[in-house]
Amino acid sequence: MSTQANRAQAEPESLQEISHDRREFLKQCAAAAPLLLAAISMAEGAAASTPDATYKPEEHYYGMGVDVNKCIGCGRCADACKTENNVPREPFYFRTWVERYVLTTDGETVVTSPDGGIEGFPPTISEKGILRTFFVPKLCNHCANPPCVQVCPVGATFITRDGVVLVDKDYCIGCRYCIQACPYGARFLHPVTHTAEKCTFCYHRVVQGKVPACVEVCPTGARIFGDVRARSSPLARFTRFNEIQVLKPQLNTEPKVYYANMDGEVR
Amino acid sequence: MTPDLVQQLSNVLHQVSGYIYPNEVELQWGLLVVVYPYITGLVAGAFILASLERVFNVKEVEPTYRLALLTALAFLLVAPLPLLLHLGHPERSFEIFLTPNLHSAMAMFGFVYAWYLAVVLLLEIWFDYREDMVLWARNERGLRKWIHLVLTLGATDISEKAVAFDRKAVRLITIIGIPSAFLLHGYVGFIFGSVKANPWWSSVLIPVVFLFSAMVSGIALVLMIYLLTGLVRRSFEMTCLDKLASFLFYALVVDFSLEILDFIHRLYEAEESIKILGTLISTRLFLSLVVLQALAGTALPLICLAFVSPAFGRRALVRFPEELRRLLYLASATLIQIGIFSTRWNVVIGGQLFSKSLRGLTVYKMELMGLEGFFVSVLLLAAPFVILYILVKILPPWKDLPAASVPEHAPGD
Repeated sequence: MSTQANRAQAEPESLQEISHDRREFLKQCAAAAPLLLAAISMAEGAAASTPDATYKPEEHYYGMGVDVNKCIGCGRCADACKTENNVPREPFYFRTWVERYVLTTDGETVVTSPDGGIEGFPPTISEKGILRTFFVPKLCNHCANPPCVQVCPVGATFITRDGVVLVDKDYCIGCRYCIQACPYGARFLHPVTHTAEKCTFCYHRVVQGKVPACVEVCPTGARIFGDVRARSSPLARFTRFNEIQVLKPQLNTEPKVYYANMDGEVR
Repeated sequence: MTPDLVQQLSNVLHQVSGYIYPNEVELQWGLLVVVYPYITGLVAGAFILASLERVFNVKEVEPTYRLALLTALAFLLVAPLPLLLHLGHPERSFEIFLTPNLHSAMAMFGFVYAWYLAVVLLLEIWFDYREDMVLWARNERGLRKWIHLVLTLGATDISEKAVAFDRKAVRLITIIGIPSAFLLHGYVGFIFGSVKANPWWSSVLIPVVFLFSAMVSGIALVLMIYLLTGLVRRSFEMTCLDKLASFLFYALVVDFSLEILDFIHRLYEAEESIKILGTLISTRLFLSLVVLQALAGTALPLICLAFVSPAFGRRALVRFPEELRRLLYLASATLIQIGIFSTRWNVVIGGQLFSKSLRGLTVYKMELMGLEGFFVSVLLLAAPFVILYILVKILPPWKDLPAASVPEHAPGD
């Protein structure tokens, strides 16, 4: 305080006035701070426990875009997913993971995904010449025609009105038929709950108007989340300006994860 | 999470060759799910054999009719157990009945099973045994009398008209029963055959192959039980055994042809999955598929039965003495059981040993202890024989004992 007072004496009158105003302002802020904090925490609490009251599922239809050229294989998406969704840390359970493809000049394709890519990838040491390498993030494709939903004997896995495939863990009997039926290896049996688990597009975040955790943390913007149908959504823009492929189209599952710049070797 | 599971999966991870999706390290359907189609196959096969006598009037196999029915019942009672034990939440299994997803093949299990158990097997056995049960109850005392009396459900009329009605009912139920037995096991095949994500399973032939392999295993089982119980009782008819062996041969020929058709079809079409499936057969499944299923379980008994049984006419190609014939039948039937169990193994486990990325293979580590372990499966496979023993004690299937001469009292009476 004393240094401030000395400085005030040395300063011209107008500056003193400003400084005084500033002090007043800060005082007022300090007084209002608890109120503000309370308001913020209330809003946060409300947001964490309930979806946005104005959220209307029928107004959305979600999908995800993946730009293979942008993925640098850092694995932050897979890591964030495990944190956000409390997925077991062991390297046998993934809602999303990153694969690395190394295409050699003699036509061989080597695919790896150590710990789902969370810890990154070892250097590509190959005796053969490398033609190309690239990373492909994988996740549940939230198919419009999902075989997992078809086979569930009790209807515990279902499509929401906004196009997300979910599992009701209080209803799932743990028969694992859905895991067998998924062509993409996107499902697993949770070792603690003994029920089927998979990517939910971070549904708890989406209904609050946020994007999935993997999209949020991707440093290069390789993942684009949004409405498939809305003309102005980032995803719609992504699918409009890129040539799009989906995984295993011959199985007629109608995936809603759209890949741009994807190599034919990916499956 | 159990550290055992983590340890087990870590071990598997080290034995993976090529690339598999990270979620594929854990194999989803283990030994219990191998046991399930094996058991239902035995049920369907034993029932179809029983039906031969009733519907197609094959008189030679008449002595096995009741035995086959009781065998089918004993195995059917155990059939849902491996599935139940395998569930992550067995306490929720009743939801399959309450809120079935009608688009799901698996949801139909409850209904197919209930239909087959209640409408087909129990009803047929009841009508077939009713007259005998009334007669037994009349001549017995103590617990046995009461058991048989209760089992008649109060229908004690054994007038000629009533018995004629029983016979008619049995015939009608058998006629309904044959398609039901086809449904029961064809349906199990469909559960696998309809998984388009899995090229090893996804085939329209799978339900048909399941059906004929069911007949093979069912006939072989009844033959084994008839032979072994015959040795104990010192009474069996060789014509019956010969006929059973002939039927076994015919069913095996059809089954083998279908398997070969499936194999050649896959090879000739050479779809995207052919490379990984080829590697699968020549490495991971070599013992169970090539050696046990194809050579020991099919080719060898096929050759043996072709020469030993009178499959091509009244006389066998090579005339063996009765004793040796019985031994060869027993050996063939045993080999067939090993072969059919391997078939189920190769479908269920084999279908999960390669990645759906078609780029790698994994391994299956069978546990010894635990619910999914070896010992539980052995127990489940032994349980039907215990049930069958009890069933045979309550409802003796031997026709050579006329109903009137049976009233031997239990030792305690």
